[in-house]
Amino acid sequence: MENEIVLELPTDVRSIEHAVDYVMRRCDACERQGHRLQLNFRVGLTEALANAMLYGNGHDPSKRVRVEIVVANGQIRACVTDQGMGFDYRSVPDPTTPENLLNPGGRGLFLMRQLLDEVSFNDQGNQVTLVLRLDPGPSVLEGGAPA
Amino acid sequence: MSFQVSHNGGVTLVEVEGQLIVGNRQELKQKVLEHLEGGDRKFVIDFSNTGYIDSSGLGVLVSLSKKIREQGGELRLSSLNEDLRTLFELTKLDTLFKIADTKEEALDGF
Repeated sequence: MENEIVLELPTDVRSIEHAVDYVMRRCDACERQGHRLQLNFRVGLTEALANAMLYGNGHDPSKRVRVEIVVANGQIRACVTDQGMGFDYRSVPDPTTPENLLNPGGRGLFLMRQLLDEVSFNDQGNQVTLVLRLDPGPSVLEGGAPA
Repeated sequence: MSFQVSHNGGVTLVEVEGQLIVGNRQELKQKVLEHLEGGDRKFVIDFSNTGYIDSSGLGVLVSLSKKIREQGGELRLSSLNEDLRTLFELTKLDTLFKIADTKEEALDGF
């Protein structure tokens, strides 16, 4: 079974909490998958949306962020696309090194990489795809439209 | 998010309720800085009723810790749940802050 949620969000960081809560409520798999999905996927999606709005769209309220969530083939996949110019994700420094530990920023991408099974970007750098592999068992997005 | 500020024997206690995330982090920062500018130097931020802190929230705590240290003070944290502890450990911020199990422990230790 394959299920999908698609959201178009304004560039407004206040919308992130509501959007993530909405996705988690719709995701029936979250209840069964429990802690790993509630923590790892929630954190990863939140960080991806924040990066898209703050750094991708540069706080520009005229730009939007597209979110596509698919549960299929034993994994949940989130694709977050902003309307910015993209960035060099390879140049983000490790925030846990002594020289970076006191920096106020730079932990979002690190947390995504730590908590998700796969984190990848398109060539432009304005789209990130997060993958969390689910434990065996049924997993559907409650009320989601079949793909 | 909402927060309660109280004073306990020379320590400013800030209790955060809800999520500390990119959409509301500035509220906490502004409130703590007001007290710092007002002369407070010892701070405890308690997360007994906090479900989640995102990277922006972590960044605000780092920023506040730096500013408080620059003024000769100290910021301590308390009552991190299992998820929050995981985030602090992953980012190694558990090495930057003194983290108490309870707010009482944090206050007593100051």
